[in-house]
Amino acid sequence: MREIVYYGRRYPLGVIGAIILIVFVLTAIFAGVVAPYDPLTTNARASLAAPSQTYWIGADMMGRDMLSRMIHGSRISLAVALGATCIGSGLGALLGLASGYLGGWFDLIVQRFAEIMQSLPLLVMALVITASLGPSLVNTIIAIAIPLIPNVARVIRANVLSLRELNYVEAARAVGMGQTRIALVHVFPNTLAPLIVLATAQLGSTILTEASLSFLGLGVPEPYPSWGRMLSESAAEYIRSAPWLVIFPGLAISLVVFGANLFGDALRDVLDPRQGD
Amino acid sequence: MLQYILRRLGLMVLTLFGVSVAIFLLLRIVPGNIADILFDSAGLIDPAEKQQIVADLGLDLPLVTQYAHWIAGLAHGDLGYSYVSEKPVLDEVLPRIPITARLAGLALLFAVCTGVPFGVVSAVRQNTWLDYGLRVMSLAALSMPSFWLGLLVLMAFVNWFGLLPIYDKAPATWGAAILMYGVPAATVGFRSSALIMRLTRSSMLEVLRQDYVRTARSKGLSERAVTFIHALRNAVLPVITTIGIETAFLFGGLIVTETVFNIPGVARFLVEAIRWRDYPMVQNLVMFIAVVVVLVNLLVDLAYMFVDPRIRLRT
Repeated sequence: MREIVYYGRRYPLGVIGAIILIVFVLTAIFAGVVAPYDPLTTNARASLAAPSQTYWIGADMMGRDMLSRMIHGSRISLAVALGATCIGSGLGALLGLASGYLGGWFDLIVQRFAEIMQSLPLLVMALVITASLGPSLVNTIIAIAIPLIPNVARVIRANVLSLRELNYVEAARAVGMGQTRIALVHVFPNTLAPLIVLATAQLGSTILTEASLSFLGLGVPEPYPSWGRMLSESAAEYIRSAPWLVIFPGLAISLVVFGANLFGDALRDVLDPRQGD
Repeated sequence: MLQYILRRLGLMVLTLFGVSVAIFLLLRIVPGNIADILFDSAGLIDPAEKQQIVADLGLDLPLVTQYAHWIAGLAHGDLGYSYVSEKPVLDEVLPRIPITARLAGLALLFAVCTGVPFGVVSAVRQNTWLDYGLRVMSLAALSMPSFWLGLLVLMAFVNWFGLLPIYDKAPATWGAAILMYGVPAATVGFRSSALIMRLTRSSMLEVLRQDYVRTARSKGLSERAVTFIHALRNAVLPVITTIGIETAFLFGGLIVTETVFNIPGVARFLVEAIRWRDYPMVQNLVMFIAVVVVLVNLLVDLAYMFVDPRIRLRT
């Protein structure tokens, strides 16, 4: 507790980021309680209603309450952010650990694969993968997780390479410990700090990628209210007639990603000062 | 030097081969088949006609044969025909390349011209309000989805000037061209600009601590000379590397920005081709993107060796 206060004083921006993230997570968990209306109930008379006391930030084309849709939309963003980050970082860490510790041909193959995957932009990779798997929430998560793997694998591998040469690993080998056990018990825990830093840094970009995919109509399908898709439904035509349909979902995305970035930066400074920026 | 370039070229060919296999397989585990889509959209019912479509497109051949056909075609500059428009892929893609290239070039230019100076200012005035302000601004820029920024820009134009700077036909005058390319380019470049600013700042801070900067100061050089002649020249080196990485990011931004501003470039075309399951189009476009990214990274590495003699000595 005292540590939290200490770091909180030193990194006020990180605290702001953490607060934004906590509010976001709570909103997602209690969406059903917080939202004033059902996000899927349509109401022809409220079509494109301007912000008012009934509809705080207006209603969309089909008369669905925007605020309720945005509150429920946070669930999609959270699910994608957590899911893709965990899968991507987990698999990446495992591959990085294995290729850094084992070396040899396995390392060579993993390296080449990472190179192949990194020659395509994240969004292009995610687009092609969703196109091939078909649109669904799980597939969107997979499509965003896979392009994250090579970067994590590389960082963890580099870390493992330097750890492997340290005295205590040598000592563990000398007392006759098995390779797998050394890798898991002695090397892996020491890669956790950079792994956590890397994973938090990616939270924001997973949310942005989901938003872009959904905006392009290739992300999370109806009827889930995704922030990105709310923008594409409303896009160009509503710029003149119903600007609130464009402003608020984008604001929600930006705010959450901003919070994740602030928190990620502070966390990096605390856990892994060497990485710097 | 020559040996290094040859080795890199060899690795590049290997990587691109891997990309081609990965893309080819990825597009063929698709549940929805293009033959089904064409079949449905043409309103046909006879299964024999569907067989005809499958045979015409060569979809009944073994995968290896299909792959070999594609690669052989690539080697001859024959990229096959679009399933949807039935025109040669090359004819569809070539006219779109200059549009996207111009956008990307302008966006990079914008990013460097704004990112580097702001980064320098932020570093020189470290821990002042100006520095904090710029850092929060750059973080905010990195948090905004670029398609939303594009929509906001469009909204501003509608409100203030009563016009939409979206692409309808090739711009006739210079003014129109600047408006049509400049606005979207700045929108895409905004994010890269923030990234370059952050990098320039941290790299400047590192360099300003070096001994040769102290030497420059102690021999009585003006602060401006120290900053711009001694420090910046060295601080800007890592920024060059980011430009390589940024091309990949930039492409992601271009996909959504071209969609928002209705620009008929390569990036938006990729999304359309994916929606239509137009395999020949998608696989060639993705290959094209991979070639560009890999080539730019090679060029950046070479440029790096060229400007920084320390690296040349090590290889």
